[in-house]
Amino acid sequence: MKKRNNAVLLSTPYLLWMVAFTLIPLGVVAYYALTDPATGVFSFRNLKELGMYLPVLWQSIVYSLASAVICLILGYPVAYCIAQCRPATQKFLYMLVMLPMCMSFLLRTLAWVGLLQDTGILNSLLSRIGIGPLKMIRTPGAVILGMVYNYLPYMILPLYATIVKIDHRLIEAAEDLGCNGVQVFGRVVLPLSVPGILSGMTMVFVPSVSTFYISQKLGGTDTVLIGDVIERQFKQGNNPNLGAALSLVLMLLVFVCTGIMNCFGGDSEEGGVIV
Amino acid sequence: MKKMLSLVLAVCLVLGCAAMLTGCGGGEEKTTLYVYNWGQYIAEGDDDSLDVIAAFEEAYPNIEVRYSTYDSNEIMYSKLANGGITVDVIIPSDYMIGRMRQEGMLEELNFDNIPNYQYIDESFRNTSYDPENKYSVPYTWGTVGIIYNTKYVDEADVTGWELLWNEKYAGKILMFDNSRDAFAIAQYLLGYDINTTDEAELQECADKLAEQKPVVQQYVMDQIFDAMENEEAWIAPYYAGDYLTMVAENPDLAFYQPQEQGFNMFIDAMCIPTCCQEKEAAELFINFLCDPEISAANMDYLGYSVPSSASKEFLDPELAANPVAYPSEETLRNTSSFDNLPEETSRLMESLFMEVRNG
Amino acid sequence: MKRTNRILTTLIFIFLYIPMVVLIVASFNTGKDITQFESFTFQQYARLFQDSSLLELLGNSLIVSVLASFCATIFGTVAALGIHNLNPRMRKAAMTLTNIPMTNPDIVTGVSLSLLFVFVGTRMLGQRNSLTFWTLLIAHITFNLPYVILNVMPKLKQMDKSLTDAAMDLGCTPVQAFFRVTLHEIMPGIVSGAIMAFTMSLDDFVISYFVSGLDFVTLPVEIYSYTKKPLQPKIYAMFTLLFLLILVLMIAMNLIQVYGDRKKTQSRTAGI
Repeated sequence: MKKRNNAVLLSTPYLLWMVAFTLIPLGVVAYYALTDPATGVFSFRNLKELGMYLPVLWQSIVYSLASAVICLILGYPVAYCIAQCRPATQKFLYMLVMLPMCMSFLLRTLAWVGLLQDTGILNSLLSRIGIGPLKMIRTPGAVILGMVYNYLPYMILPLYATIVKIDHRLIEAAEDLGCNGVQVFGRVVLPLSVPGILSGMTMVFVPSVSTFYISQKLGGTDTVLIGDVIERQFKQGNNPNLGAALSLVLMLLVFVCTGIMNCFGGDSEEGGVIV
Repeated sequence: MKKMLSLVLAVCLVLGCAAMLTGCGGGEEKTTLYVYNWGQYIAEGDDDSLDVIAAFEEAYPNIEVRYSTYDSNEIMYSKLANGGITVDVIIPSDYMIGRMRQEGMLEELNFDNIPNYQYIDESFRNTSYDPENKYSVPYTWGTVGIIYNTKYVDEADVTGWELLWNEKYAGKILMFDNSRDAFAIAQYLLGYDINTTDEAELQECADKLAEQKPVVQQYVMDQIFDAMENEEAWIAPYYAGDYLTMVAENPDLAFYQPQEQGFNMFIDAMCIPTCCQEKEAAELFINFLCDPEISAANMDYLGYSVPSSASKEFLDPELAANPVAYPSEETLRNTSSFDNLPEETSRLMESLFMEVRNG
Repeated sequence: MKRTNRILTTLIFIFLYIPMVVLIVASFNTGKDITQFESFTFQQYARLFQDSSLLELLGNSLIVSVLASFCATIFGTVAALGIHNLNPRMRKAAMTLTNIPMTNPDIVTGVSLSLLFVFVGTRMLGQRNSLTFWTLLIAHITFNLPYVILNVMPKLKQMDKSLTDAAMDLGCTPVQAFFRVTLHEIMPGIVSGAIMAFTMSLDDFVISYFVSGLDFVTLPVEIYSYTKKPLQPKIYAMFTLLFLLILVLMIAMNLIQVYGDRKKTQSRTAGI
């Protein structure tokens, strides 16, 4: 009984804090979303305006799903490769994956602008071997590249964490039972790394779908994402109410998407988020 | 593990101490003055210019200036209007001053503390946005025009605002990323008043801007400097003073103003918002910036035009004679300035512009 | 199969590091343009150290991230202990609450906190300046807490309960048992939680961007406004120095860990 009391005592401040700074703010967002920007009275005006942003929302989903899938395709071999190294090498490579995450992503994205732009580094290298300036920046591809680049470590780390935990005896057993390399991978390794895949996908998808910096820097006039629109409403447009409504939509979207992903993966309390 | 922990703790401690030292180093009884200005809008000491803020702090050692920047009037307005911040000095443009004045967001200035106001030319007083000269002290003025790169743009195409719609230069054209300036261009092109409140006209302008979108490389504000200087973009509408900054880096750039269609002339003036906490220091700062020698040194760097003949004396003679910075009466014949629009119209304009941008 | 895998991995590491190489090279460039290397110079570094404002911003970032991760680590560890002992239903609710900031996009967290602070500060308390250092700190602690909890909880779960019981049987008070046994067992989780919280806090841009006012700005937020203007190359110099610092720190931690592991296995084999 005493233990229970202690538990309540220890966890209550935290729960109160989280309610105060995560649930209540969401309530405030809902309040703003449902009030008229001009008069401040209850209205559905903002919600009605949302329809205009559906194409943008759809575009954001497509781009970020694409980047999540590409991250998976690129990240899986890396994670697998790291997991097969000697422990010391593993730690070192793990660090190399972590390191970009600690550096300013704004500046790293800006470096991509320098690499990709029409008068940029890649184009001037290409022109030396006689390939005319390619249009790379301000395309959907550039935005997806930016997302993949920035969030690839978020895919590799959870994947690595799950792959490294796979019991080697299972693989050996499969081999003994006559599986070849591809079959071992398809029937043993891949199914066992599903939690890592799911948490990696989520960790790439969520920041991608809400980014505004990447699309502002690497995108063109037709690659506006939902994050851009929200940022504009708060900063330039002076319409926090519409911005709040859009944020609500974005939040619901993310909850639905991650919910769907978690359904596929069954119930794992912490997923592979723990690095 | 323990060693790792102690290492981490040690690092944190060292970093923390370092942070405390840098953060709290100069914290003795100083007045902190928050100045909120456009980006690239004060001489900061690079390229052998005068570091205006450092000079001010030297002249008034008990005042420490915290300087931050914004991209457009609208960003500054929404930051102030939605609360959350305090600022002591802001430098909005004409129409925004009118709006803030009407909404009671500006503090009346005490001109006893701003004796240098005497140097401001008569033509910059009693303006429409501040008819009684109570709230603002002009900082600069200027005009809007088209900056283009002569290496790539055919002079024959430079005939008017329609250059910004020219498909020949698709993907190389930049456009204003604020609704007021962007709409003004469409309005000049279509021959409408830039202060119109007519919804049909605004809608037509929005259609015109939507038509332009496929040829636009990017909607930008301050990013224009880099893009034009390194020839990533060839054509952009922007402010005359900034053209002078850019042409210093890239001599191929030229400036053009469609005199027949008309173009915008603006005044940016220093104001004190009601959220100000150090009014006297703010007035000292405004006064300091009006000092003829200081403002001349400042404008030498900025390239914007100075609203005081007294400062013009101290200006680099080359700049003072430059027709881009100081156009003749003849050139200015067909200019117009922004007035404050009713709330409903600004909102409509902003949401139309959003529609254009999100297409 | 293995070889192609290796090649692919190498290529991806190159992909991850190319932009950083570009930035590092740019820090030695005399010109401003990142795409054109004019000639080699250390001048940007000299400029960096003359510019007190940049160093102050870095200081600001460090203050916030050290304080926020420190508070979050202690607060979070205490909370994790509590949550661990809650009844299952409450525990589930607590974990759901913890997961909200994790799954919420940063922009929504930032926007919601900023609206909350402005709403409470300006509308309810009538303050003019509601976005301050303290609100920034609160925001950082809030998004740091889940990292600590999610790192500490599994360690608590793994811990053998009989250990604390044994300690208490041997005469420890519960508090002593906590400090001598539990804390020792969950320390790896606390450390990795603290490190994650610190790095997240240090590099956070989106949330800080919405929550910070004008009087206390962190480095990433200011860099964002710098990237809209023509960027001054001294920022590349700062990037390079930070890169080196973090690289050295990480390698040091790595070596210590590897060394520690080796020692452990040695002593273990010796013991057998």
